[in-house]
Amino acid sequence: MPGFDFSNYNRNAALHARGVPLPKATSTGTTIVGCIFEGGVVIAADTRATSGPIVADKNCEKLHYISPNIWCAGAGTAADTEFTTALISSQLELHSLSTGRKPRVVTCMTLLKQHLFRYQGHIGAYLVVAGVDSTGVHLFTVHAHGSTDKLPYVTMGSGSLAAMSVFETQWKAQMTQDEAVKLCSEAILAGIFNDLGSGSNVDVAVITPDKTTLKRNYIKPNERTQKLKSYKFARGTTAVLNEKIIRKEDLGNFVSVQEIHVAEPGDKMEVDV
Amino acid sequence: MEFGTSGSLSEDGIHIDMDRLKKGEVNLGTSIMAVAFKDGVILGADSRTTTGAYIANRVTDKLTRVHDTIWCCRSGSAADTQAVADIVQYQLGLFAMMNGKPPTTQTAAAIFQEICYSNKDRLSAGLIIAGWDERHGGQVYAIPLGGSLHKQPYSIGGSGSTYIYGFCDSNWKENMEEAEAVDFVKEALKEAIKWDGSSGGVIRMVVLTAKGADRHLYLPDTDYKVRHT
Repeated sequence: MPGFDFSNYNRNAALHARGVPLPKATSTGTTIVGCIFEGGVVIAADTRATSGPIVADKNCEKLHYISPNIWCAGAGTAADTEFTTALISSQLELHSLSTGRKPRVVTCMTLLKQHLFRYQGHIGAYLVVAGVDSTGVHLFTVHAHGSTDKLPYVTMGSGSLAAMSVFETQWKAQMTQDEAVKLCSEAILAGIFNDLGSGSNVDVAVITPDKTTLKRNYIKPNERTQKLKSYKFARGTTAVLNEKIIRKEDLGNFVSVQEIHVAEPGDKMEVDV
Repeated sequence: MEFGTSGSLSEDGIHIDMDRLKKGEVNLGTSIMAVAFKDGVILGADSRTTTGAYIANRVTDKLTRVHDTIWCCRSGSAADTQAVADIVQYQLGLFAMMNGKPPTTQTAAAIFQEICYSNKDRLSAGLIIAGWDERHGGQVYAIPLGGSLHKQPYSIGGSGSTYIYGFCDSNWKENMEEAEAVDFVKEALKEAIKWDGSSGGVIRMVVLTAKGADRHLYLPDTDYKVRHT
């Protein structure tokens, strides 16, 4: 059966109670958003991954593939969003192969919520599910405990408050594709600049009945520029006080050298002597 | 996932931290109610869902269909109540197909109770089941936290309900007309929203009669006076 193994949970909890610090999971202290427009849906995300106060990845991907017409933005524990979306993507592909129909967004949402509910919030995946199918355009949020919401515009992650303030002031009904992309990227920028857990670049995905366009690094507001001055030390800055040269043939006097025979080149392996 | 520093190690070596168990849960800090009237039954709810102090959804639909004319009001954990309602919806769909006729409200309530009672230590779900069926007309059943089942002429639930026990007790009448009952539910929920910080947003209602399900929506912009859609 697919899923996770929790046999180490009690051991880790007991160690934790004795004061052993638990290893920190890489969390995507994140801003992710989604917005429906006339004829499709846009989702967007920032690209910062954090591990406590450390930026673990400056340009990670938080937009996950589910099927050609369904994409997912993930917040929470990076490993959990990655593996749950991959698992459900696989199940959906097998399902659509056996039914001979394209996958639906509600099917994806239901699989995700039932999987996450089974694990009672221990899988820390907070997702924005978006897509287009035979029944129309859809946008959902799925929380780690397994609850879902259906809304015309959504935000999640630590930057969700900053992003929601943009949506609540600028959103209007029946937007065009360009307007929706602009609104979503502005919401992510609000997260990047006002939330410590979010940062770096903006990734955008546009899903329409005809095609899905992934705009990786659609906006790069934090490019590293050339430093005004060079801080490289010129050769010879450090004074040489003395010099001693050891020749290769005298090396044995200082360290033990052992020649190791290397087998014939190629990838053939010595199986038995 | 973040781990708290509080907690204790019990004799069996299992670490328990009550604060951690349901951290970040999505809650339906709610005002819900259902009222039976002359021709059927009305369900009503506010639309606020919260995660701590943040409103995760201000236009939530807490009135969930489990069959054509059997619906439920959800309060407590959003995840738990959605999971339970999804299971019951499936069971009632199967029931209708196997028997060639729609299930009664009592049947639906019994299925709800079975799930709520047998998982009582794992669920935080307060449900009100209301429905119309050919045999009994409009009926209301309440399933509070422990998983008990109560048939009532009307029922209120959620954190906001504490503020409207007095209002409902003095204003409820038996065999109301539809318009009268709609007004009763609306006025009660208006008070609940006014006094309860965890309730708010729009007022949603569903009227269940022989004619089927009819949805009402009232916005705070117009002081809940105008019916939208």
